[in-house]
Amino acid sequence: MNIPADLKYTASHEWVRSNPDGSVTVGITDHAQDLLGDMVFVENPVPGRKLAAGEECGVVESVKAASDVYAPLAGEVLAVNSALETAPEAINQDAFAAWMFTLRPDRPADIEGLLDAAAYRQLVESESH
Amino acid sequence: MPKTTVLNALHREMGAKMVDFGGWDMPLHYGSQIEEHHAVRRDAGMFDVSHMRVVDLDGADTRRWLRGLLANDVNKLRVPGRALYSCMLHPDGGVVDDLIVYYRGGDHYRMVVNAATTDKDLAWMRGQAVGLDVQIRPREDLAMIAVQGPQARERVWSVLPDARGVSETLAPFHGAAWGDWFIARTGYTGEDGFELMLPTAEAAAVWRGLHAAGVAPAGLGARDTLRLEAGMNLYGQDMDESTTPLETGLAWTVSLTDDRDFTGKAALQARGAARHQVGLLLLDKGVLRAHCAVHTASGAGEVTSGTFSPTLQRSIALARVPAAVQAGDEVSVVVRDKQLRAKVVSYPFVRNGQILIA
Repeated sequence: MNIPADLKYTASHEWVRSNPDGSVTVGITDHAQDLLGDMVFVENPVPGRKLAAGEECGVVESVKAASDVYAPLAGEVLAVNSALETAPEAINQDAFAAWMFTLRPDRPADIEGLLDAAAYRQLVESESH
Repeated sequence: MPKTTVLNALHREMGAKMVDFGGWDMPLHYGSQIEEHHAVRRDAGMFDVSHMRVVDLDGADTRRWLRGLLANDVNKLRVPGRALYSCMLHPDGGVVDDLIVYYRGGDHYRMVVNAATTDKDLAWMRGQAVGLDVQIRPREDLAMIAVQGPQARERVWSVLPDARGVSETLAPFHGAAWGDWFIARTGYTGEDGFELMLPTAEAAAVWRGLHAAGVAPAGLGARDTLRLEAGMNLYGQDMDESTTPLETGLAWTVSLTDDRDFTGKAALQARGAARHQVGLLLLDKGVLRAHCAVHTASGAGEVTSGTFSPTLQRSIALARVPAAVQAGDEVSVVVRDKQLRAKVVSYPFVRNGQILIA
């Protein structure tokens, strides 16, 4: 299973990358895309929207099912990857390259409260049993 | 323990993601169900459908018995090899199962029934055959591989050149014996192709040979999007024991006008059809799913099967709605708490690679 060590994760299967400018980039994990199968629609939050941690802020929909995407941290949406609207299959091809949106966290320290790669791996393995 | 087909290990070897389907461990896809879908529409794909049960029916009373058992009339089967699609009904008109029956000449017939309903079907058929000269033999020694797509037949002949003679002249919806095989020009995708019924011991070699000849292995995911585009019902989803063929788009398979009696006929005539099955094309963004509520000017309905159509690149569905709802009407469908707009269309949506709806 592909779980990069330099990223943080949520229990709802988002990945979070810390950027040098203090923002974070968010996508869904390889495990999540594998469960969902071929993606057909991606709905991103609107830039400028203020999100609470855990708030529903997007949707990824596959041939099989729709799944909500949740804000990993409280903050403001900076940019969205609009290329996913016309090429949602990019998530299937490389879930960690196909980012969904960037966020300016209200409290940068909150990122330390997310799961690290080892903890996320443990979560995924426990869910598959 | 889920049941497995003879090709189970081969599916895993070819990278299949496996799922439980009616108690059977079956391939969902081998990487991308959309690519598998396109392979069938544009070239050739193959499905392991060995979980479906071949049932041989023999004996002097078989035709008479089938004329009472099935809602469609087996007297349409005049020449050997001809196939007939039909529902088998309860006395109240509810659908026990849908099936294909092939005429094999003389008093010999072959039926193919759904996987999840096999035991129920056999019990029902045996109950209806008491006292008659009808032998009902489920053929668990046969595997079934559906090879589908515009290039499917050529690919089969490239792997099985000796099968060409017997199968080249088959018209659509006909089949022929080839040794202990049976080759039928039937399927569940809306494309040309064959369904091969063959001894289980030979199935893996044939699957490998077809794969080497460029036939894409395809799973249940693609099978569902293909059949839905082709406007074909799925038992247990679009119809079941609580619905009649008349409510589920299958009136064309029921002959009510002749003097033949069959189980469920009186109920169909008495019940009529206050609801009917229509196609839906989603106008808004999203994907229609089974059980979504449909709001129409004539009352409420329900999506029975919905998906994203890889060929149309938008969502389509089959829905059961009040009989007054007609093609061209706009309806609203509740999808994930949102009201989305959909257009009522006649189906099939896609046949032989061509989009048929505007």
